[in-house]
Amino acid sequence: MANSFIAEHSLEYPGGYQRSVGPVLGRFMTALREGKILAVKGVDGRKIVPPQEYDPVTSDAIGSKAEDFVEVGPAGRVVSWSWVNEPRIGKHPLSVPFAFALIRLDGADTTMLHAVDCGTPEGIATGTRVAPRWRTDRVGKITDIECFTVMADGEQPVLAPARTNLPGDDTEEGDVTGMNSQFRLDYRVPAGASTRRYLNGLGEGKIIGGRAPSSTEVYAASRGTDPKTGEPTSIEVEIADTGCVTTFCIVNIPGLSELAPEIPYVSAQILLDGADNMMFGLIRGCAVEDVHMGMRVKAKWADELAPSHNSILYYEPTGEPDAPYEHYKDNL
Amino acid sequence: MGKELAAVIGVGQTAHRSSRKDVSMAGLVREAALEALVDANMTWKDIDAVVIGKAPDMFEGIAMPELYLADALGAVGKPMMRVHTAGSVGGSTAIVATKLVTSGVHKRVLTVSYEKQSESNATWGLSVPMPFSAPLVAGAGGFFAPLIRSYMHRSGAPRHIGHLVAVKDRLAALRNPKAHLHIPDIDLKMVEESFMLWDPIRYLDTCPSSDGAMALVIGAEDVADRSDSPKAWIHAMAMRSEPTMFAKRDQVNPLAGRACAKELYGQAGITDPRKDFDCAEVYVPFSWFEPMWLENLGFCAEGEGWKLTEAGATAPSGDIPWNPSGGVLSSNPIGASGMVRFGEVAQQVRGRAGDFQVELKTGRALGHAYGGGSQFFSMWVVGNRKPGA
Amino acid sequence: MRDVAVVSFAASGVARETESNEIELIVPVLAEAMAQSGLQKSEIDFVCSGSLDYLFGGPFAFVAGVDAVGAVPPIRESHVEMDAAWALYEAWTYIQTGEIDTALIYGFSKSSIGDVQEILTLQTDPYNTLPLWPSATDMAALQARAYLEANDLDARVLAEIAARSQRNAMGNACAVRSGDVTIEQLLAAPKVADPLRESDVFVTSDGAAAIVLAADDVARRVCRRPAWIRGIEHRIEAHNLGLRDLTRSESTATAGAAAGALSGKVDIAELHAQFSHEILVLSDALGLDPIATSINPSGGPLAGNCLMAAGLSRIGEVAMRIFAGTADRGIAHATSGPCLQQNMVAVLEGEAHG
Repeated sequence: MANSFIAEHSLEYPGGYQRSVGPVLGRFMTALREGKILAVKGVDGRKIVPPQEYDPVTSDAIGSKAEDFVEVGPAGRVVSWSWVNEPRIGKHPLSVPFAFALIRLDGADTTMLHAVDCGTPEGIATGTRVAPRWRTDRVGKITDIECFTVMADGEQPVLAPARTNLPGDDTEEGDVTGMNSQFRLDYRVPAGASTRRYLNGLGEGKIIGGRAPSSTEVYAASRGTDPKTGEPTSIEVEIADTGCVTTFCIVNIPGLSELAPEIPYVSAQILLDGADNMMFGLIRGCAVEDVHMGMRVKAKWADELAPSHNSILYYEPTGEPDAPYEHYKDNL
Repeated sequence: MGKELAAVIGVGQTAHRSSRKDVSMAGLVREAALEALVDANMTWKDIDAVVIGKAPDMFEGIAMPELYLADALGAVGKPMMRVHTAGSVGGSTAIVATKLVTSGVHKRVLTVSYEKQSESNATWGLSVPMPFSAPLVAGAGGFFAPLIRSYMHRSGAPRHIGHLVAVKDRLAALRNPKAHLHIPDIDLKMVEESFMLWDPIRYLDTCPSSDGAMALVIGAEDVADRSDSPKAWIHAMAMRSEPTMFAKRDQVNPLAGRACAKELYGQAGITDPRKDFDCAEVYVPFSWFEPMWLENLGFCAEGEGWKLTEAGATAPSGDIPWNPSGGVLSSNPIGASGMVRFGEVAQQVRGRAGDFQVELKTGRALGHAYGGGSQFFSMWVVGNRKPGA
Repeated sequence: MRDVAVVSFAASGVARETESNEIELIVPVLAEAMAQSGLQKSEIDFVCSGSLDYLFGGPFAFVAGVDAVGAVPPIRESHVEMDAAWALYEAWTYIQTGEIDTALIYGFSKSSIGDVQEILTLQTDPYNTLPLWPSATDMAALQARAYLEANDLDARVLAEIAARSQRNAMGNACAVRSGDVTIEQLLAAPKVADPLRESDVFVTSDGAAAIVLAADDVARRVCRRPAWIRGIEHRIEAHNLGLRDLTRSESTATAGAAAGALSGKVDIAELHAQFSHEILVLSDALGLDPIATSINPSGGPLAGNCLMAAGLSRIGEVAMRIFAGTADRGIAHATSGPCLQQNMVAVLEGEAHG
């Protein structure tokens, strides 16, 4: 993978988003936990399920009182449906092929989206009667209804089975006020041409910069353009692995960087010799209190080079006299 | 300033708290929006269009949340837009909304910005590591702390200046019931003894992470003239952007901020901001950005900003109060913070700032927001009289 | 209102762009749009873009655009987390203030790096819809069935639309799905989300689109035949699908009427229809006559859907035909959200020849 320049990337908030739901949605979710489906009455009396906090026509707040809610369903009729051939495991409600359906629950005036487990597309049609299949480990979430199933003619919907995850004797179980939303999105991100050139350079122990034809200014680790003009940095320029610290901070917070396992450490802006833009880097090889503006530094390369940012481990002092302030003052 | 005049005729704001677990996202934005509508003596029906702003969607894990929020914000059947310009977004959102009015397209526009940061963690949201990008080694403060060091070096400012701002803004917040941080016994010693996070930034030099929302109703001249609600006339608006990094970039005193202020002051006829404004609400997420922005915004010569701070000029009792609401250092719902600045100066010139009302002399004030690596700027000037009057 | 026109349009589109980062993706398209306009960058008064962080895979996707435009001296710049058609709308209102005369608008994305269907699910109500993870196509198929059944149509009509899209796209360099296919060939393929077949579902493309807007005399100076924006309107509907009549697009009808879509002949319509049936829903809402009007001559999003740029490209595709004189008046449509929740309609017109 290191040389393909296409990297796996995933986006997932660790532990999941902690959503607070407010009183209206909370009442609906609390009822789901009890095996009931509540609709909220809109300003025009329409029974809306799932409940909305605000009327879709007038925008007035609705559902502020208990009597604004009515139990609907649990059975209903399919108003429209689509077929899922390949369920998304871990995301979709079912792991076998199923239908998504807009279901008008008995007594409701709007439709509700949910899954219908009916085997094949032939098992469902617009108008089909369906009823919920409840989970027994209900937590107060739309997925407490595992899915809907098709009802036979004259069949009555079964009540939700008792919960198996009841709170202990001493536990007061309050209304549902929140929910967790944990998910991961996966990406495969290409590096792009200019970053690839730069990383390939690092793999050979070189720092590659780019320059636009109309400019003399060289960008280390160019991302493709001279950001002043948008002109492509089509001319490759090799840059020294030495430079000076222009400014920096001392980091006392643990865990921000795998490259700096111990605090305190110094994160610096570095002006490399032959480059006109700033690079960020760690400074090691001296006490943090000895790091200063203008200090000359050199890249410390990894023992094994690879086309990766990690080929430069950090920068360390060269012991040379400091760069004069004039040299870097315009880059602060 | 466009072909039509526009004024802020309604302002609404939630209290800012570390977590508003009592409401959904819709409930949060709604609270601010409804307060602004009531303030403007309007109902949802009166609004022509809605413009919403917030910082990255990853904070709450919803893509393009304006879609889900359309019902809550009374936007059904109306035009709705969503702005995202990083930290400056609250300000730019107000500007986009105002242009819908100054262009003559709409008469009454509701604009709302928010962040519900307690749903995740801002540090995570701001620093998702991207493949092939240079690894972030120091977090958000690690980006700005070196700039502060550069400023200290260039200006010769003593180390306690930032702490003075940290104390001043927290003291100001004690008069603002909606501010997130209320630290009654805040003093210099407490700031100086707070944990050093990113030297030279200490813990109390940094902003909190808040849940909160801000809303404004912008009305056209004829609407404002007929309104009983006090007005903050919009005298000037400007936005500027520059790249994150370029050769010979002045990171301390960015060109984009100076250019933005220059255009803004030109529109409003501001020649000496320190005298021409009664106060300013400026985006100061780390205490040291007050002296830095004093210079960037032309309130003093370069290198002199810290002297204004040190002399108390920017305190509520000073000659040019900065952030009398307590500022970003006291409340920071990121996507809304810029609009909070814009809205707080509107409240000042409307005479509605309550216990932190400043004395109105010129009747004009500056609202400011910035974002990214000090590269995206949005600003406006509001006044209690019509422009030119 | 001031007269404002589209004076240039450029776009790119490939199935999978693996050689470019976002900056490199945008640069050539901006360069082409600028070159076509004949304006210097210093003559552009405002820059506005549309992109989506979730497509990029991280926060602040739009920041790349600043490096692509080139922004020293600093520029007046803004960004919508929406299709760039709304960036164009923002720029149009700014020009209407009279403060500026020109604007550069662009949108971009690389859908190929992630799972677009899941990313679009994140647009849904986070409390009672997102936990079920209906994909964009799952939801569109609900609308397709509702429409077909309400109008007593079958899947053949969808295949007709899909086949026409692929044929139209044969002349479009940005298209990633095109060809001379028959209705029978398409109908022989399995359904991917009954009643939709793969050919009824958009195919994503990686790329960018850019437009230069100019007002009044500037437009006349730089463009031989500017595409004047005679009306541009957008509206949003209630979010949850269960609250909407999916057999029609009320917001498109309202926006279209307000934009004056029907007060004149329509030579061409470019509709941001990401699914075959949406052509039908939108045509109904706009009162389009499929005989008199060439609908999606570019092939539309069914031939190549560059998210966050596709709506802007609809405006560009209409403008391009007005520049060339092959159309005098056209309608461009852009959409956002599940099942056409939010819709924009723009009416573009060229002035009579000679």
